[in-house]
Parts: sequence; C-alpha cells; structure tokens
Amino acid sequence: MSSPSPLRELILMRLRTFVREPEALFWTFLFPILMAIGLGLAFREQPAEVARVALERGSGAERFLGALRASPELEARVLEAGAAAAALRRGEVALVLAGRDTLVYRYDPARTESHTARLRVDAVVQRAAGAARPVATREDRERQRGTRYVDWVIPGLIGLNLMSTGMWGIGFGIVYMRQKKQLKRLVATPMRKSDFLLAQVLARLAFVLLEVPPIVLFAWLAFRVEVAGSLLAVALVALLGAMAFAGLGLLCSARPRTIEGISGILNVVMLPMFVLSGVFFSASRYPQALQPFIQALPLTALNDALRAVYNEGLPLGSTLPELAILAGWMVLSFGLALRLFRWQ
Amino acid sequence: MNTPTPPPDAPAIRCRGLRKRFGQTEAVRGLDLEVRRGECFGLLGPNGAGKTTTIEILEGLTAADAGEVEILGLRWERHAHALRARLGIQLQESELPDKMTVEEAVRLFRSVYPSGPSVAELIARLELGEKRRTQVRHLSGGQRQRLSLACALAGDPEILFLDEPTTGLDPQSRRMLWEQVERFRAAGGTVLLTTHFMDEAETLADRVAILDHGRILVQGTPRELIRSLGGEHVIEFGTSVPLPAETLLALPGVSEVGREDGVRRLTVREPHLVVPALLDLLQQRGGGLTALNMHHATLDDVFLAKTGRQLRDE
Repeated sequence: MSSPSPLRELILMRLRTFVREPEALFWTFLFPILMAIGLGLAFREQPAEVARVALERGSGAERFLGALRASPELEARVLEAGAAAAALRRGEVALVLAGRDTLVYRYDPARTESHTARLRVDAVVQRAAGAARPVATREDRERQRGTRYVDWVIPGLIGLNLMSTGMWGIGFGIVYMRQKKQLKRLVATPMRKSDFLLAQVLARLAFVLLEVPPIVLFAWLAFRVEVAGSLLAVALVALLGAMAFAGLGLLCSARPRTIEGISGILNVVMLPMFVLSGVFFSASRYPQALQPFIQALPLTALNDALRAVYNEGLPLGSTLPELAILAGWMVLSFGLALRLFRWQ
Repeated sequence: MNTPTPPPDAPAIRCRGLRKRFGQTEAVRGLDLEVRRGECFGLLGPNGAGKTTTIEILEGLTAADAGEVEILGLRWERHAHALRARLGIQLQESELPDKMTVEEAVRLFRSVYPSGPSVAELIARLELGEKRRTQVRHLSGGQRQRLSLACALAGDPEILFLDEPTTGLDPQSRRMLWEQVERFRAAGGTVLLTTHFMDEAETLADRVAILDHGRILVQGTPRELIRSLGGEHVIEFGTSVPLPAETLLALPGVSEVGREDGVRRLTVREPHLVVPALLDLLQQRGGGLTALNMHHATLDDVFLAKTGRQLRDE
C-alpha cells in the first residue's frame, strides 16, 4: 500500500479549514478590492475644469468677449459691476475683468482656480490683441501609461495584502490550534515539526493563487491598470513574497498561547512596514538615515520588486536585490521558527 | 536516527518518584507505577487527583519535575520519535479541527505513522462508515470519541493511553467504547486509562491504582481492593435512636463501621445475618430504621474507606 504523505495531508488540512470558513474567505478577497476602489476613486482622473469668469458691463474687457467665449477652457459672461462683484464673492466666478484701456483682473489670490483663470484669460486677451509668440510651442497631452497614482498603488496593495493575509492567516491559525489543543494532539504522533511548519508555508502558496489574480483583474477592469511586465514575473515575485511573510507569520506564532497575544505581536511587526514600506506613498520620502532600514524590510523589497515588473515592465533579473532580501527573510524566519516553535 | 534496543522483557510502562508542580499546587507527589505488557491498567480517582497530569507525563506531553519514566524500556529524552510511532494517545479534550471530516482526520493521522491499518479499515472498525464525510463539529459526543480512538489506533500502537475516555457519554456510547478497548486488548495491546467511574475501572482494568492528591492510595486488582474492605457487601442505614459503633462491630460478620451525614455504613460478609441482628438490636432499644440501602462493595467504597470521601464529588 502506498502510504499517504503527512506533508500533503497537513497542507490539505490547512486549505480545507480555511476554505470551509466562508467569512475568512470573503474578507481575504474583498478587502483588497474595497481598498482599490477607495483609492481609485480618491485619485481618479478628473476632466480639466472650465474656469468661469465675468466681464463688467461697459468695461474695456467687453471687446474680448468673443475671443474668451471661443476658448474651451473658459466660460465668460457679462454682468453689471455689482452683480460681478457678488458672483466673485460667492465663488460663482473665479475672476472678474474690469477697467477701460488698462484691463483689471480682479480675483482672490488665495483661490488656486482664480490663478488658473487669470493665466488662461490673459493668454486669450494678449493673443486676441495681436501679441506675438516669440517661442513656438506644441501641446502633447498623451498620458504616459502606468504613471497615474492608481497604477502605482495597485502593486503596493498587492504587497500589503500578501503581508497581512499571510501573517494574520498563519498567526491566527496556529495560535488557535494551540489554544484548542489541536497541536498537542498532533505532537502526540510521530509527525515532524518541519512537516507541519512547511505545510503552513506551502498552503499559503495556494492562497496566493486565489488572492492576487482578483486584484490584478479588478484593477484592469475598473482602472485599466496594466501589467507592463510578464504575468509570470509578477506571479513569481508574489509567491516569494508570500513565502517570506509565511515564514514571519510562523516565527511570530512560535510561542504565543492566546489570540490576544498573537494579535499584539503581529501589529507590532506589521505596523512599521505598513507605514514605511511605500504602500500608499513612496518610501523615499523618509530621511536618508532611515533608508537602509526601510530597504531591508520585506514589504519594501516586495513592493519595489512588484512595481518594477508590474509598472515598469522590467525583467525579473533586475529585481535580484529585492528577491534576495525576500529569500533571506524567508530562510531566516523559517529557521528561527523551527527552533523556537512550541506545540503547547 | 539511532535505533534503540530496549530489553525485550521491559514492562510497558514504568515510572519512579514522579513529581509535578503547577505554581502552588503539587499535582503529582511521588508516584511509582508499573504496567505490564498486555495489561489494562486503570488510574482511578476524583477530579484533581493528578490522573491527567500523570498520564500526560507518561505520554511525553508534560515534563516531570522529578522522577523517571520508561515506556517499552525507552526514555522520552532520547527516543521520543521512535516511541511516538508505537503509542496511541487519546487526550481528554476535543482535539480535532471542527471543519475536518471524519475521513480526512483519519487519513491525516494515518499518514504520520510508518505502518498501521488502512483508513477504510479504521473507519469500519470504529463504526464510522456512515459519518465518513461528516465534519467533526456535527458529530455526537460518542462519535467524536470513536473518531479520536480511530486516530489513536492509526499507527497500530503497542500501548493505548486513554484519558477519561467515556466522560460525558451516554450508556450506549460507553459500551461501544469499552468493546473497542476489549478488542484492542484481545489483540495483545496494553492499555493505560484514567477514569473517575468505578464501574469503568472494574469492567476494563486488570489492575487499578486509586489516586488522591497526587499519590497512589492503593493498587491491585479490583477484586483484591474490594476484598481488602473485609466484606463484599455494604449496608447503609439511618436509625431513630443512636447506635454506638462498638455495638455494631459486635454484630456477626461486620468488618468496618463508618458514618457519613448521619448515615451508618457497615462493610459485611454476610448481609442475611447482619440485617436481622440489626433489627433485633433496634427493637431492644425501642427504635426503628429510617433508611436502609444494601449493595455489593465497589471501588467507590474502597475510596470512601481510604479517604472518608465519595469518589465522585459532584
């Protein structure tokens, strides 16, 4: 009879207990998508706004009304002096044109849209009056692909998600089994500790296959975020990242006996990465002195590597330093977990 | 890995001078035990007597503060992995993930042992065939215990450790479990079980040790222990007039007199002689019986005689 493999059975146990927990499943997949929707909405592309301006009736500005109305970036109307002043006060117009031979631009310098309106109005007025354009210019409004905020933030969200599902999933799973004395029952068998721990890490790989593609797909459908590099490269980076965080999750759960205990540890370990590792804004904003520390964090390495292949379309080979950092974390944390792990 | 070679005639379980303290409480206070191969040995005692601590030390799950343990002639410190493959263990508390099915759990446990019966055989043997695809959380108490036993038997163990195997089970489930233990014994297996049910110990165990406060009070076969009371029957009664103990001891075949909550207890050899004599005595004193109860002496009576307390203090 071919004897079944303990490693295989342990992996299946982990997968089954997770898949049969509908709530855990729901949040694992829904959370990153909700996050992407939120950030996508906040940083969506906005159409260029039309600047509203008013011309005082009877002022010298009235002769430029036709030119101003012809500009698609401006909406001009003629108002009595009193009404124009009121409209400016109420924010209905960004700028009032007055004066006779010398035109007057009346606006509140604290309002940015007023500055925009002033620049646009002045350009139209000067050109209509026959001003020469000493420098020839041309507009190139083609957007660079993958340079929007949402393009940049999606790989960060994938990295964040790999960290949090990996560490919470493994941490809670193991401490729960310890609390319920399930680990005690397992240690009363000839099962090897390394098999048990390895099964937790390998089971994570299966979850990554379920977790990451929905985010990638959603980002493309909703925001047209494209994977510039190869999908395989993204998958490999994600898998390595997941294994590094699985190792860290094992290490964190090596000893705690209660869910409260592991929650505290996980928060302490993850919070610095949440803040420093360039999930929502670039890690380069932090002082130079902190950079060696920040760059050594596994989430920084994962995010950088993901962005390199996801946004910039670089080959996997260009992310070797980051991959080495992730592999280092994986080996170190797994080795330590193996030494420190307690069943009871 | 070194292959340990123990003496072939080593006892199944032997421990000397076992001690374990948890904070202020001394759970085990100098315990010696020897269980022969093929024997079923019962650790009997009330809750808190140190039964679970003792069995978990023997199972290699808890480290003793002092004392020596030898299982099949091997030591936990040196031969844990080799020993694990030869032992079957059932813990007191529920120990399997709720969302695993019966078959998955048995397959997992079978997979970690180098040899043993097939998954299908184990399921059939524990009569879990109909529940094969049922998740642990939907099983009854008796089914859970049978599953737990199936997992314990997965490696075809030489020794089976059972910690309170029938606590909380209905009578039918208890009998089913007892049959399984008998069957394991019949195939030559050794069993160490803890229980606070005297009938369980009397039914299953060849020898029994009665534990109280972390020590062994007495040990021997259930028959020996009951015989040591001096009689195999117990008469408990209440009277409307006081009867001094000396008078009662003078009755024919009374070997022990006790009192508990106003109820007299006599341990007697021949109740058919004692009861008429007792009634005569009461008549002479102008009193009568207010209560009367007679039963065969049990291990519970042994415990009562040794400690003055009932085995099951609910």
